Amino acid sequence: MTAFDVAILGAGPAGLSAARAAARSGKSVVLLDDNPAAGGQIWRGNARIAVPSEVRFLSATRVFDLRPGFEIACLPHGTIRAHKLILATGARELFLPFPGWTQPGVLGAGALQALAKSGLPVKGARVLVAGSGPLLLAVAAALRARGARIVGIAEQSPFSRILPLFQRHPSKLPEALALRARLLGVRYWTGVWPVRHEDGQTQLSNGKRISSDYLACGFGLLPNTEAAQLLGCRMDDGFVAVDSRQQTSVEGVYCAGEPTGIGGLKKALEEGERAGAAATGQPVAIRRSHTGGFVRDLAAAFAIRPQLYDLAGPDTILCRCEDVPYSAMAPMREWRNAKLQTRCGMGPCQGRICGPIGAHLFGWKPDGVRPPLFPVPAEALARVETPPGPENDRLDTGHSSNR
Amino acid sequence: MLKILVNNAVVHVPANATVAAALLHAGTAGFRRSVTGAPRGPLCAMGVCMECRVTIDGQPHQLACQTFCREGMEITAP
Amino acid sequence: MTHSPDVLIVGAGIVGAACAYELAREGARVEVIDSQPPGGGATAAGMGHLVVLDDNPAELALSQLSVALWRELADQLPQTAEFWTCGTLWIAANEAEWEAARAKQVLYPDSTLLDAQALYEAEPQLRPGLAGGLLVPGDAVVYAPVAARWLLEQANAKVTRRTVTDITALQAGAVICATGASARTLLPDLPVRPRKGHLAITDRYPAMVRHQLVELGYLQSAHGDAAESVAFNLQPRPTGQLLIGSSRQFDSDAPGIDAPLLRRMLTRAFEFLPGLAHCQILRTWTGFRAATPDKLPLIGRLRDHLYIATGHEGLGVTTSLGTAKLITAEILGRRPPIAPEPYRPERFHA
Repeated sequence: MTAFDVAILGAGPAGLSAARAAARSGKSVVLLDDNPAAGGQIWRGNARIAVPSEVRFLSATRVFDLRPGFEIACLPHGTIRAHKLILATGARELFLPFPGWTQPGVLGAGALQALAKSGLPVKGARVLVAGSGPLLLAVAAALRARGARIVGIAEQSPFSRILPLFQRHPSKLPEALALRARLLGVRYWTGVWPVRHEDGQTQLSNGKRISSDYLACGFGLLPNTEAAQLLGCRMDDGFVAVDSRQQTSVEGVYCAGEPTGIGGLKKALEEGERAGAAATGQPVAIRRSHTGGFVRDLAAAFAIRPQLYDLAGPDTILCRCEDVPYSAMAPMREWRNAKLQTRCGMGPCQGRICGPIGAHLFGWKPDGVRPPLFPVPAEALARVETPPGPENDRLDTGHSSNR
Repeated sequence: MLKILVNNAVVHVPANATVAAALLHAGTAGFRRSVTGAPRGPLCAMGVCMECRVTIDGQPHQLACQTFCREGMEITAP
Repeated sequence: MTHSPDVLIVGAGIVGAACAYELAREGARVEVIDSQPPGGGATAAGMGHLVVLDDNPAELALSQLSVALWRELADQLPQTAEFWTCGTLWIAANEAEWEAARAKQVLYPDSTLLDAQALYEAEPQLRPGLAGGLLVPGDAVVYAPVAARWLLEQANAKVTRRTVTDITALQAGAVICATGASARTLLPDLPVRPRKGHLAITDRYPAMVRHQLVELGYLQSAHGDAAESVAFNLQPRPTGQLLIGSSRQFDSDAPGIDAPLLRRMLTRAFEFLPGLAHCQILRTWTGFRAATPDKLPLIGRLRDHLYIATGHEGLGVTTSLGTAKLITAEILGRRPPIAPEPYRPERFHA
């Protein structure tokens, strides 16, 4: 039975970097991503690393099960086999609940940027950006470049906590200053957060009321570790544990980028390179020592203030799929019990939005991960197919940049 | 430009727009009703939160943020 | 200082909770121990189908009693217990099965025999070519974890989270072992073995299906001894979701999804309800039924002050209330509502 030597899950910076490194070995490589084009969330459709011509790229491909061996069950291609796996599954935004956060018009900061890149004109739209982390500035700058009116940026972390990050990592300063320069004239509050939103009006913690067409908020990034958990990879404080060659605790499974620690582009590229080399038996460059320090300092600079965990009122919805309010969830003591008794986490997002909320607000540990990783048509779980392999060109390569 | 139908009304959208972008552009804020009847729109726009589910060509629960518009596509977003 | 309770129940699943409820109503002071949250084991893994089954007179008596008790309780259950008298529609795929349905009808006083036309009026989404069915209108569905928690609350039972390793060391007037398929870890001699099952649940498709749908062939799967079997058993939840079963598997302790078996189970379901193939599956999971050699539960005194209430196989949620009546009658020396002998554990020691 044919199988690829290496399968890479995720075509963001880490995945593309891994693909480039792996392709140098001459081994067969398949790269899968659920988005229509390579680039991940950060480059979204405008990737700065091309998919190498030797690499089979399957875009708009949703992986819903991973089994030892490895078998990758995905839509629409069925089952793909690979000897080695590189998980470069990226991150998603953390959302914290406040009254009104479920209203249309309140969305993720990265989400609004993604929508703008996928056909939503934002010219003239008033956008309030709120939450935490470097993403806020990047999103505001990108939206402004597209003609949006940024009516303010509210960063919950106080300036006194952000400053040390640049004192310890001065190399990051020019990037930040360049971003700020693209936002000249935009109000940027630190130590400020949204406390309530109603009908296009956001009440901020500094007493200001801001009207906008969109409230774009994100409270930091969460690693997408579901694939690693399904494979049984050891986790370390919410991140996938890896050795200096990016190998996880499961033989043949490597992980690169945000799932091993939120650290941004440079870290993702380095780790992708290492994972791609390691998975194909090439020499692996020695780990850069500063990466871990930056990951820690970044997390400390934008640590969520406890006040943000107290914004939800009794009626504020915490589980958006099943409409479970704070008052129903708060007495439950643990995630499993909350799920059983209130239906929170039982909807189609499978707890990806409300699970982290339970963890942040109540300290609940989430459950394990089961297939399917995403909702899939029943027929996809029932299908048995001839698995496509590297020698098998029947596979529809979709938006592949090659062949 | 493409022509699509949103709740039976003709909407013109750019050729490479996702359904989510097209609906927001057409002024549709609520993509679906929550299980208790509240209007909801996209939250994550990357296929994770499932808030942007709409009915596309008769198929319910389709992700608007992960689907590209096609000529003549019929979208129902109550 | 601590007072030992009148009754100590190990297992906060639906059976333990029902026993707590019934004994508390009789005035007993009840405590419950479980390593998991209430209803977190097989109670959460199962379908919550409240169904009368008639493989033998004892099964019929206990399930009939129990479904009647559930219906009495229905008005008091909280909304979140999602009690719904949707009825069971037994599907006859062919003439032979239709004859079986006809024979079955005698045992179900309120049931209606459906010819093919009536079947499709009742469930238009079923595939063409089926012979008919038997509609049992009094069967119902319930969301069992909430029902279990409610029963425990009504009992005012103290619930402690811990793992019991030696059940004989527990101090109480009576100790009831209601730990389902894991009863054998506490009482190794019990003739109970785990029988693994898979379930899948869809997103919401309101009104696609109106009754719990079960193929008549299900009875062969449930009551047979095959190492592995599947049968079409589909439940519409009050939410509009569809709960898809069923599989039965002996000699597997692994809780993971068995992909080939899940495939078989879903394929079987599509054979009856082709539209299901396009429905989005949100979750799949497994659970362990407590199976006994004669397919009847173990209910009654084991020795001294130790009682047992397990071995309910796929009928634990249904027969929990009847089980509680039997156990309570035995502990209090009262007259039981039905003959208790067929369920007594000593039948395996004779």
